[in-house]
Amino acid sequence: MSLLRLIAIARKELLHVVRDPRSLAMAIGMPMLMLLLFGYALTLDVDRVPIAVLDRSNSVLSRELISRFAGCRYFSVRLHASDYDELEKAIDKREVWMAVVLPEDFARRLDSGRNTTVQLVMDGSDANAATIALDYAEAVCDNFSERMLFEALERKGRSWLQPPIDLRARAWFNEAMKSRHFLVPGLIAVIMMILSALLTSLTVAREWERGTMERLIATPVRGSELLLGKLTPYFCIGMLDVALAVGLGEFVFKVPLRGNVLLVFGVAAVFLIGTPWLGLLISIVAKNQLMANQLAMVVTFVPSFLLSGLMFSISNMPWALQVVTYLVPARYFVSVMRGIYLKGLGVRMLGLEILLLAIFAALVAILANAAFRRKL
Amino acid sequence: MRNESAAIAIKATNLLRRFGDFVAVNGVSFEVAKGEVFGLLGPNGAGKSTIVKLLCGLLMPSGGTARVGGFDVSTQSDLAWMQIGYMSQRFSLYDDLTVEENLGFFSGIYDIPAAKRRNRMDWAIEIAGLSEHRRTLAADLAAGFKRRLALGCALMHEPMIVFLDEPTSGVDPISRRQFWDLIYELAGAGTTVFVTTHYMDEAEYCHRLALVYRGELIACGSPGSLKRDIVRDTVIEVVCDRPASALTVVQNTPGVNEAGVFGNTIHALTLEPAVVTPLLRARLVEQGFPPLKLGPTKPSLEDVFVSLIWHRDRDRPADNASQ
Ligand SMILES: Nc1ncnc2c1ncn2[C@@H]1O[C@H](COP(=O)(O)OP(=O)(O)O)[C@@H](O)[C@H]1O
Ligand SMILES: [Mg+2]
Repeated sequence: MSLLRLIAIARKELLHVVRDPRSLAMAIGMPMLMLLLFGYALTLDVDRVPIAVLDRSNSVLSRELISRFAGCRYFSVRLHASDYDELEKAIDKREVWMAVVLPEDFARRLDSGRNTTVQLVMDGSDANAATIALDYAEAVCDNFSERMLFEALERKGRSWLQPPIDLRARAWFNEAMKSRHFLVPGLIAVIMMILSALLTSLTVAREWERGTMERLIATPVRGSELLLGKLTPYFCIGMLDVALAVGLGEFVFKVPLRGNVLLVFGVAAVFLIGTPWLGLLISIVAKNQLMANQLAMVVTFVPSFLLSGLMFSISNMPWALQVVTYLVPARYFVSVMRGIYLKGLGVRMLGLEILLLAIFAALVAILANAAFRRKL
Repeated sequence: MRNESAAIAIKATNLLRRFGDFVAVNGVSFEVAKGEVFGLLGPNGAGKSTIVKLLCGLLMPSGGTARVGGFDVSTQSDLAWMQIGYMSQRFSLYDDLTVEENLGFFSGIYDIPAAKRRNRMDWAIEIAGLSEHRRTLAADLAAGFKRRLALGCALMHEPMIVFLDEPTSGVDPISRRQFWDLIYELAGAGTTVFVTTHYMDEAEYCHRLALVYRGELIACGSPGSLKRDIVRDTVIEVVCDRPASALTVVQNTPGVNEAGVFGNTIHALTLEPAVVTPLLRARLVEQGFPPLKLGPTKPSLEDVFVSLIWHRDRDRPADNASQ
């Protein structure tokens, strides 16, 4: 292993990236763009659902229920409608997503101790948002009827009675229940995977295509030196991307980082040794740049997005697919990043995943070297 | 034994290379002495590049051995690669790197220490005549400059043996001349130069030549000895008007094995000059091409080649079918 040779190759490889605006854009621009795009577009939260109300009861009780909708942060009452037509128009124009209709006899029935109905009219076109809004509305109504019940009991002199259960849901690790907090650490992981493998996947194939590989073989440079030299600049670019991504998470998405930031970089380094090796392996196996690119897409993009647990929880997958996820390195990196970001876990708790990432790196490095030697 | 092999830079023994069923190099043997300018001459597709790649350890031989700089290329390629400089037929440097960056890259690859590097780079730029283009991207260089840069990169580490695969193809005549001056300079300094070409005139510059045809080495020797000793045919030179049109007449004359236009004359190869000469004169006069001059002349290298190929194809016609 000669240091001069390693430096020469790494320098040359870096020049390739710097001179090619497309790969430069891909190396620095794409991860940022992806993070911004997915960070904003992928949020699964429903906040301030615009609603309309049609209060036909027009009573103290009905106004109280409406004020509960208005007072809760999940809804904002945009329209006090006077009839169904007005409601319908508002929903059609998507000025509101949901309408709450209180019947004429709302207060009368409650006052006489009977139950009554509240009608919710939903725009179901965004099923996801509709389901979440419905859950919120249910919670508001349940809360209201509970209150009514206790007031009734109180009036009957049972003032000591406390609600049997006071449910206070508290989501651990992500108290704000912001899906962005959950997504961003995982996204950093997946983007690193795709990017570093995609960038490197072209480098060996390109040298074969241009005949420069043949030229290099007739020199004393060894395969391992060549591959390691090629990997170095991509590793550095990957680490720079991690720094940028962590910065974005901190200052743009305001994702709290509970754990040690150095650990984030440490694990990223382990991961960023493995993924460029994977890219190199792909590049060695592929016949040309086009095929290398497509292979890299299939091997990194698809599994990293779908099988890493980034978007779809692994425990909800069919058994066979769950087994496959163990082969997706991004899976471990996603869970490590989430562990550090959301739970503030340290090396001891994440040891297994980090070890698996290291094994993955070692395995692809060995495979790439062997494949390269066979090709000569 | 030791002394004998010390004078030999390259030794090929029964080199064989197949691509599937096709035999690209068929049992080629030759030796190149140290400091010699050795040429491999042959038409396109003859197998020249394949031989160079076998000698440089870029292709594994299907049979036979190649020793370069005293090392077996198949088993001691690492050691052989330290000694050789290789300039491939196809431009194979980095287009997106400048002249200096390409040279710097190769000086790194050859582990040239920092103290010597500046000197070597300046030397390479100087001999390649690229001092005005130090910071030009390789992609922006003219074809001739690209070849010089490739040569500079191949010579960066002062190799004992250089392989130049068609170094002058696609290069203007003046640059070609300069290339050959440089080749002589290298040889004068003790470097062994192995060069392939399909230009007959260039072949004349080599100390020794091997003629390659369809993967086989059909003759080997100095240009002088090839012209003197190898040719069985006598060359009859015909000078007349419109030689291109007269060529058919010459070719169709019985007893003429092969004929071709050579400059503004026609060269006809024959084994029976005594019979053919009067016949040729009569036919040319009859067809309206009265010869201004007609008589035996010294064979050119091209005549040697054409003659050898003609006899080889006639003696072994079966080979034609299988190729
Ligand atoms: N990698 C290869 N696979 C198959 N055939 C090849 C390969 N390389 C060369 N050949 C064939 O071998 C023959 C000799 O090629 P080459 O050595 O390049 O000739 P030259 O350099 O004399 O023009 C040609 O017919 C060519 O088609
Ligand atoms: Mg060739």
